[in-house]
Amino acid sequence: MTTASESLCMSFARLTMRNVVKPTGSLVPILIVVAALIVVWYVAAVLMNWQGMSDFYQRTDVTGVSFNQQLNDVLNAEKPLLPAPHQIVGEFWKTTVEQAVTSKRSLVYHGWITLSATLLGFAMGTVFGIGLAAFIVHNQAMDRSLMPWIIASQTIPILAIAPMVIVVLNAVGISGLIPKALISTYLSFFPVVVGMVKGFRSPESIQLDLMRTYNAARFQVFTKLRWPIALPYLFTSMKVGVAASLVGAIVGELPAGTSNGIGARLLAGSYYGQTIQIWSALLAAALLAGALIALVGLAERLTNQRLGARA
Amino acid sequence: MTTDGGKSQSVVEAKGLGLTFKTADGDVVALSDVNLEIKRGEFVSFIGPSGCGKTTFLRVIADLEQPTSGSITVNGTSPADARLNRSYGYVFQAPALFPWRSIENNVALPLEIMGYGDADRRARIKKALELVNLEGFEKKFPWQLSGGMQQRASIARALAFDADLLLMDEPFGALDEIVRDHLNSELLKLWAATQKTIAFVTHSIPEAVYLSTKIVVMSPRPGRVTDIIESTLPAERPLEIRETPEFLAIAHRVRDGLRAGHSYEE
Repeated sequence: MTTASESLCMSFARLTMRNVVKPTGSLVPILIVVAALIVVWYVAAVLMNWQGMSDFYQRTDVTGVSFNQQLNDVLNAEKPLLPAPHQIVGEFWKTTVEQAVTSKRSLVYHGWITLSATLLGFAMGTVFGIGLAAFIVHNQAMDRSLMPWIIASQTIPILAIAPMVIVVLNAVGISGLIPKALISTYLSFFPVVVGMVKGFRSPESIQLDLMRTYNAARFQVFTKLRWPIALPYLFTSMKVGVAASLVGAIVGELPAGTSNGIGARLLAGSYYGQTIQIWSALLAAALLAGALIALVGLAERLTNQRLGARA
Repeated sequence: MTTDGGKSQSVVEAKGLGLTFKTADGDVVALSDVNLEIKRGEFVSFIGPSGCGKTTFLRVIADLEQPTSGSITVNGTSPADARLNRSYGYVFQAPALFPWRSIENNVALPLEIMGYGDADRRARIKKALELVNLEGFEKKFPWQLSGGMQQRASIARALAFDADLLLMDEPFGALDEIVRDHLNSELLKLWAATQKTIAFVTHSIPEAVYLSTKIVVMSPRPGRVTDIIESTLPAERPLEIRETPEFLAIAHRVRDGLRAGHSYEE
């Protein structure tokens, strides 16, 4: 028979274990899946661009192109409908490694512009989300009156909100980093609020009774029980939130009329039909998101170690 | 905090105590007309089938439930004041250790909340863990300990601060017989060493008879006291005492009390 607290211990450990245990021997299947995706991509790239290349030959009166020649042309076209992986990687390489970081042609430069807005927005969103959740948990009226608004806020498409935020803030003289960060905040506070309300409410009644027998103040119950028990929820929420933050920063760059940032890069690419540039900007965004989530995961792992989760 | 006085001073005194839970299916009488006195230094067991109100009574003492009739004093004050004065330690059915705290930090929890100084805290943790024989496990986390050790740690946590009254709600209910026997004799030693007053809820007759100076037999629907037995066993109790005629006589009387209560059921 397991007691309530034993099962609590276990569920806590289970929540935290997921990222502690390293999967071994999973590299091969991962590589197989990646290889399969690349193959599918190449096939799709050829299929999608083939007709366009044929049309191009016809327009320019080129005849007698061999299959191999057309295949080669298709995979190295300047503005393909769907660029092949090596074109994207080539462009990515050219605009990261082969460019000075300060250059406007450098994806590192644009990436940093977006990343700074993402990080600021994410930090504000996380703090705001935690504060709001703490407020809601300690105040029944707030739970009833705030939660519907919080949920409603997320039903409005961010594409509709973003230009308004940019325009309004620009009118009062705020532009650049802050408006973009605010859009990131708008997207990232939500998973944190929802997760942390759940987390702060996760103590079992026996644990709350225990604190009551000590005549613990509400603040003590919060710092010594609700906060540590909610940490697994926090990291899960932060992983969702940090990805949302990046999306927010990119979306914020679209209507800002700026020429800096991954979002601006995407917009410029689509104006001029630079599909390869769009895709390499997308790749940069994906790598950035992956790195950010990995960072949150690392913070989670370090915290778990300190809090004695099963290794 | 606690008032000084002679041995006979009552720590808990209930008069005509009643508690009725209002539920959607109507009223449930958890306690009805309970009259009871627990004197300083006593070891009082509450025994009865589930639903007899023994845990509820303990929770009333601890100000975790509010009585709906009658009166009760704890250390001469209301249970609420007793709780505010932190005059009791409560051991729950489950260890309720915080899994993110090491054993020593779990024991430190009430000390942190009550504002004990750092050096004092360390000394108290050491002493409390010694009392329950958990020296050497300070840095371990709860999941690294067996169920019995976890419950001992939770007892250490209740002993760490200055409370003369120890309320224990079926602390060994989830443990196997062998571990339970061991912990029972440990608990008796601990009681002798600390001179605390202990109120102990159990559903095991041998456990109640072995541990107690007074056994309160309760029965359900409505939860009430059917018999109060003053134990005639000596203070010194080796485990073998459980085979003596005296022990069996008391156990028999407890069983009779339980059976009498059960005749209401059907």
